[in-house]
Amino acid sequence: MQSLGIDVLFKGTNFIRLLGGLWVAVRISLISVALSILLGLVVGVLMTSRSKILRALFRIYLEIVRIMPQMVLLFVVYFGTTRVFGWNLAAETSAVIVFTFWGVAEMGDLVRGALISIPKIQYESAEALGLVPTQTYRYVILPQTVRRLIPLSINLVTRMIKTTSLVMMIGIVEVLKVAQQIIEANRRVSPNAAFGVFAVVFLLYFLICWPIGRLAAYLEKRWA
Amino acid sequence: MGQTLLKISHLHKKFGDRVILKDLNLEVKKGEVVVVIGPSGCGKSTFLRCLNALEDIQGGEVLLDGEPVRKDASNVSAMRQKIGMVFQSYDLFPHKTVMGNILLAPLKVQKRDRQEVEREAVELLGKVGLADRRDDYPRQLSGGQKQRVAIVRALIMHPEILLLDEITAALDPEMVHEVLQVVLALAKNGRTMLIVTHEMAFARAIADRILFLEDGEIVEESGDPKAFFEKPQTERARQFLRSFEY
Repeated sequence: MQSLGIDVLFKGTNFIRLLGGLWVAVRISLISVALSILLGLVVGVLMTSRSKILRALFRIYLEIVRIMPQMVLLFVVYFGTTRVFGWNLAAETSAVIVFTFWGVAEMGDLVRGALISIPKIQYESAEALGLVPTQTYRYVILPQTVRRLIPLSINLVTRMIKTTSLVMMIGIVEVLKVAQQIIEANRRVSPNAAFGVFAVVFLLYFLICWPIGRLAAYLEKRWA
Repeated sequence: MGQTLLKISHLHKKFGDRVILKDLNLEVKKGEVVVVIGPSGCGKSTFLRCLNALEDIQGGEVLLDGEPVRKDASNVSAMRQKIGMVFQSYDLFPHKTVMGNILLAPLKVQKRDRQEVEREAVELLGKVGLADRRDDYPRQLSGGQKQRVAIVRALIMHPEILLLDEITAALDPEMVHEVLQVVLALAKNGRTMLIVTHEMAFARAIADRILFLEDGEIVEESGDPKAFFEKPQTERARQFLRSFEY
C-alpha cells in the first residue's frame, strides 16, 4: 500500500503549525460568534418591532446576507474598501466584519423566530399574576426564548467555523492554508501528503464541530 | 354573603368593528359563585378577560372594591394581584418546576418571604393532592394535574376573586372530576368565583347564580340554578340547554 503521507506532519514543527492555523480559524469564529450573538439579540428583538419600515430594512439585510456568497462579501470588504474608501483593513479584521455581518443577520432571524414562537398566552398568564412587562420578559419569556435558541445558534456556530476555510482567499494563514504549505514544501519527498494532511485537517474540523453538535443535541433533548 | 366585591357596569367590548359584549351589567358579592354559560363564541371568555384587563374595553367600567380595573392604568398589576385567573390550557411556565411556577409571582411581584410562601405552597399542593409533585416539570404532569397546579398558582396570590375560564374544556373526561372537586371545595370555603364552563351538572351544583350569555348579552339571569336548569324562562336558554341532551 502506498504511504498516506501523514508522516510529513511529524517533521519539524509542522503539526504545531497546523494547530496554530486551526487556532486562527477558531479565533476568527469565536470573536464573530460572540459579536453575532450580542448584536443578533438586539436585531432579533427589533425584527419583531411594530414598525413596518424597521422590519422591512432587516428583511432586506437578511436577504442580502443569504443571497450573497460569503466569499464575495470577503472580497468586497477586504479588497473593495481599500480602493474605494481608502481603508487599510487587516485581513483578519475583514474576516471578522464579514462573519459578524453574516452572523448577526442569521442570529437575529433565529431570535425573531424564537420570540414569536412563545405563545401569547404565556405573556397573558404572567400578566394575570400581576407581573409587569419587564418581569414577564425577564422571568417568563426570555428564559424560554434562550432555551429554544441555544440548539439553533450552535448550529450556526459550527457553520461559521467551517466557513472560516474561505478566509485563506484573502491571505489569512489558517489551518487549510498551513496544510497547503506543508504539502507544497514536501511535494518531492512525500507526493502523497495531500491525502494524509487534508485528512488530518478534516479530522481537526470534526474534533471541533462534533462536540459542539453533540452539545446542541443534548440541550435540545433536555429542554424539549 | 356580604358586600359587593366586583361591579361591572355598561361594559362594551369590540374587536375592530365587531361588537363582542354589549352593555353588560353585573354585581358579584363577596363569597358568591357566579357561573356564566352560553354557546361558543358568545363572548364568555372575552368577558372574563375584560375583568382582569387582559382585554381593553371600549365602554363602561369594571370596579373591584370600588377601584377601576383598566388595562392602561398604572395600578393594573396591583389590581390583577387581587384577581386570580385560571385558563383553559393551564399555561404553566414550561421552564419552571411546579414549585417554581407557584413561587414566581409571590416572590417577584409581592416580594413575600420565601420560607413563608414555600410553606403555603406545600400546604396548598397537599390540598389539591399534588404534594409529591413539587419538583416535577409541567411536561411530566397530566392535564388534570397541571390544571390543579394552575389553581394553586392563582390561589397563592390571595386573590379576592377567582376567574375560571373553561378550566376543564381541554381535559380528558376522567380528569375533569379531580379538577372540579378542587373548585367545589373552594366554593364550600366561601371563595368568590366567576366561572365560565360547559359542564352543566357542575354549573348546577356550584352556582349561586347563573348567567346565560348569547351574542354578547345577558339573555337570562337566575339566582336559582335548579329552577334555571329545569325550567329556563327564555326560549334561547331552553334551546341551548336542550343541545346538551342526547
